[in-house]
Amino acid sequence: MTETNMPIIVQTIATVLKIFVLLGIALQVAPIMTWIERRQMAVTQRRLGPNRVGILPKLFNNWGFFGLGQPLADAVKLLFKEDFFPEGVHKTFYFLAPVIISTTAMMCTMGIPFGHSVVVFGQYIDLRPVSLDVGFLFLFAMSALGVYGVALAGWASNSKYPLLGGLRSSAQMISYEISMGLALIPPVLIFGTFDLQKIIALQAQGFWGIFYAPVSFLIFTVTMFAETNRLPFDLAEGESELVAGFLTEYGGMRWSQFFLGEYTMMFTLSALSTCLFLGGYELPFVTHEMLLSFVQKLTTLDVAFAQWIVVLINLGVLILKSAFFLLLFAQVRFTLPRFRYDQLMRLGWKVLLPIALANVVVTAIVLGFIRF
Amino acid sequence: MDFIASPYFPVLLAFLVNAAMMTVVSGMALVLGPKKPTKTKLEPYECGIPSKDSARTRIAAKYYLTAILFILFDIETVFLYLWAISFDKLGWFGVTEAGLFVATLLVGYVYIIKRDALRWE
Repeated sequence: MTETNMPIIVQTIATVLKIFVLLGIALQVAPIMTWIERRQMAVTQRRLGPNRVGILPKLFNNWGFFGLGQPLADAVKLLFKEDFFPEGVHKTFYFLAPVIISTTAMMCTMGIPFGHSVVVFGQYIDLRPVSLDVGFLFLFAMSALGVYGVALAGWASNSKYPLLGGLRSSAQMISYEISMGLALIPPVLIFGTFDLQKIIALQAQGFWGIFYAPVSFLIFTVTMFAETNRLPFDLAEGESELVAGFLTEYGGMRWSQFFLGEYTMMFTLSALSTCLFLGGYELPFVTHEMLLSFVQKLTTLDVAFAQWIVVLINLGVLILKSAFFLLLFAQVRFTLPRFRYDQLMRLGWKVLLPIALANVVVTAIVLGFIRF
Repeated sequence: MDFIASPYFPVLLAFLVNAAMMTVVSGMALVLGPKKPTKTKLEPYECGIPSKDSARTRIAAKYYLTAILFILFDIETVFLYLWAISFDKLGWFGVTEAGLFVATLLVGYVYIIKRDALRWE
């Protein structure tokens, strides 16, 4: 442990802590969202939803906390359910598929910046576990790997419905990935960087990305639904035709791991969209310096402590902005009917792709006239 | 120590933590749950009809075609990213080149539409 090793040790410890912070957030999204979704569905469809299971009901005189204990009860139930391998499945791939999906979704989350950089022991610490020079392309790389999980789940199950569901779903995911990739080129043209921290800083100085690239925002929002297999694009598990798609042969914890992956992916794409189009973790009209000095004045703490309060505020803002998308995901699910498969493919290839390409070309020409 | 200082080391670290956690969760359910296999429980679910043949049979070439087209257009996207990041340096020259590139791909796009490669009805 020499003096020269200190920076590396501090950075490595910080990396591990950052990984666990984001992992903690990502693991909370799925249970809380299942509860919110069922309550919201109940409100929309005039039903009751989960309203019985409380937290420590004995202690609080049987007051149910609006059924907030439901996700906990579900988790315990899933953990103790029978976990078996149906006849003829390819055991390795059957086991690996849900692990691949949830792991890649978690890996995606690791690229999200959740606060302004902090100074610890005289070193700047960037508040995201993975800070590469390829920036958000890392998120794309990881989310693309999720297709392997879907395709493997379908093939390993040795049943006709999962195979069809897996194929359909992977074809859908790769089709919409093109439009998703093309939709994010205009922000790169405008901000001139892949680095999400820099993009957020540039938005804090100017306007939110949604005002610079509204078409990109719309295309990205649509493709978000297709990438995460959510209604109206959940053809993979179209109950009326495919039972439950690639999930048919799965049960218990493995089944829930697919959903853990799905909800984590929803959160990650929401957070990515927030960082690119809605100003990320920064409050609107308030710069980082203003917030820091305000917190310092309010609490009379020095910078070393005040910066952590600012990080908490940043984290809260990021989660609130992502929650907008998560609630949108849920509301769309109860509002829109499911697409037919050929309609889905037509929308992806013949509508979104040309619009996304035209968006890139038009943005480039307009920017050219402004800058050159 | 060199590889620890690399910016890609956190990727490895995050992968190890995440993969370990997900495998443990999956394995825990395997250990904790009851084990009462019956013949009907283990059958593949195909709506109650006795299942015939293996499910891993030949499948429509349509999906293969979609995958090939995906690779074509995805690589196009990657090239456009490279141009987008150096947009300011390349100036109008870059815009023209990218325009030509997109135009060439549009010819191919029109061709695959004319050949009905994207028809799913």
